[in-house]
Amino acid sequence: MIADRFAGVERIPTRNAYGQALVELGRVDPRVVVFEADISKSTQTYRFAEAFPDRFFNVGVAEQNMMAAAAGAATCGNIAFVSTYAVFGSMRACEQLRTSVAYPKLNVNVAVSHAGLTAYDDGVTHQAVEDMGIVRTIPNMTVVQPCDGPSTRKTVLAAVEIDGPVYIRLTRIGMPTIYPADFDFEIGRAIRLREGKDVTIVAVGDMVCQALLAADELAAEGIEADVLDMHTIKPLDETALLESAAKTRAVVTAEDHNILNGLGSAVAETLGETLPTPMRRIGLRDTFGESGGYEELLKHFGLSAWHVANAARGVIERKKSASRT
Amino acid sequence: MEHIARNTDVDSLREIARQLRIDALKMIHLAGGGHPGGSLSAADLIVSLYFRVMNIRPGEPDWPDRDRFVLSKGHGCPILYATLARLGYFDRAHLDTLRKLGSILQGHPDMKRTPGLDTTTGSLGQGLSIGLGMALMGKLSARPYRVFVMLGCGELDEGQVWEAAMCAAKYKTNNLLAIIDYNQLQLDGTNDEIMPLEPLDDKWRSFGWNAIRIDGHDFEAILEAYAQAAAHEQGPTVIIAKTVKGKGVSFMEDQLDWHGRAPSDKQLESALRELEV
Repeated sequence: MIADRFAGVERIPTRNAYGQALVELGRVDPRVVVFEADISKSTQTYRFAEAFPDRFFNVGVAEQNMMAAAAGAATCGNIAFVSTYAVFGSMRACEQLRTSVAYPKLNVNVAVSHAGLTAYDDGVTHQAVEDMGIVRTIPNMTVVQPCDGPSTRKTVLAAVEIDGPVYIRLTRIGMPTIYPADFDFEIGRAIRLREGKDVTIVAVGDMVCQALLAADELAAEGIEADVLDMHTIKPLDETALLESAAKTRAVVTAEDHNILNGLGSAVAETLGETLPTPMRRIGLRDTFGESGGYEELLKHFGLSAWHVANAARGVIERKKSASRT
Repeated sequence: MEHIARNTDVDSLREIARQLRIDALKMIHLAGGGHPGGSLSAADLIVSLYFRVMNIRPGEPDWPDRDRFVLSKGHGCPILYATLARLGYFDRAHLDTLRKLGSILQGHPDMKRTPGLDTTTGSLGQGLSIGLGMALMGKLSARPYRVFVMLGCGELDEGQVWEAAMCAAKYKTNNLLAIIDYNQLQLDGTNDEIMPLEPLDDKWRSFGWNAIRIDGHDFEAILEAYAQAAAHEQGPTVIIAKTVKGKGVSFMEDQLDWHGRAPSDKQLESALRELEV
């Protein structure tokens, strides 16, 4: 039995870390304004609303108006944060995001909760499994899903320095804390969480902790995994990816998202063009989720640490058979 | 660069509008595409704003205290481009490049390419929200600017317009003015055929707006409405301006056909004969 590295570790939903970071940001940057569509207690923007009522605009259940109003605010030199659930931020207000925000490259940061299966028992209507793929396809967008509280704080603070919109994907459910309170973080630069020569596991968001658990399981069998926290899926850190893939020659991607158009696709695009490498994608296999417990859903849809480890074994096997021929 | 004095009288406004209608038609003709009908219907309302009402500095397009204009019906941009050029925001030579590769004048307005444009528009239904965001920031920063948003009548079919209308009433944005270019034609037919809008002023009033109905080609009425809107302090105002699609060119007036196509050489010639009297 392998020890659970996250046993007893504090777990906080990244949406909570977002709400706290917004207040921190609001104190130092008077340009920051927040637009909300009637779920501030869930997205945690209520914290900003309490601290800075004048800079908080609750537009009601009207995400399309919210997105375009934030665009208007950004044209006046303000930095706007728009919060809702990922399904609505990426889909209900998608064309407003594309045409009114991304096209003129305005400083509107879209911070959205309920990423993938982290919405668990709310079911499909509230589980965004397409959002990263949709927003990644829009030019001028930066797309980030931090894995824990400290990296969420870093993402929020860094987003205001980016020229143009940043999509920040957040979790409903608590995530184990991986990073210390202060550490080196840059949007667009992957973080190597573990060194290994046998297989690369590239993970994003809530799948980072599953990747680390999988790496522990593999280590017990003598397999050493290189684990990358690819918190930014666009722009993808191709340097870190290619360096690791050149070393391990076997890649597994892990994301709480459809396997289409998200992290796995981004990694496959880069490897395919530059360094074809045996790979496997972990994610929802082009299916909707359903209601259930979070851990239960990860297992049911093939996203648990066990599935990640199994994919790693498989891809290593393919690497070996390729080198034999 | 050629400039025309602002703060002009009604006769001068009428004359500028006539000239800019000519510019817009020539641009669309040369581009081989564009929207003459909605450019001509909006001309008098836009000219009145830019040459009389708005507080702007054409030599300083990013001046933070400038009044903002949002052409939510972005397809009417030829008349706006002609206006901005005449005011000196950019050289008039650019007008000949409309819709051409590399042009600063895109088929629909791109704020990052065209000096003087305050927003990127062309996807109907979004402009009032954008203007609302600007108006909210004006209040927040205590800057004295006003925000003018021009909507098409067909555009009012979009649900987002009414989301923005509710929200502007909530925040009492009296620095926000909506102007409806009410030419009563949309792409597929009349408003009544496609999506009836009346009673339109009752709709806006019930959403918490001050509503004013005018003839959108009567310069005295236009200026009076703008003045009334400025004096209304309780909240946002909408001017429902009845206009004629294709106004000024007899064979384009009230014709569905002229929503989105360029005149031929011959058609341009006859249009100019009417406008150049």
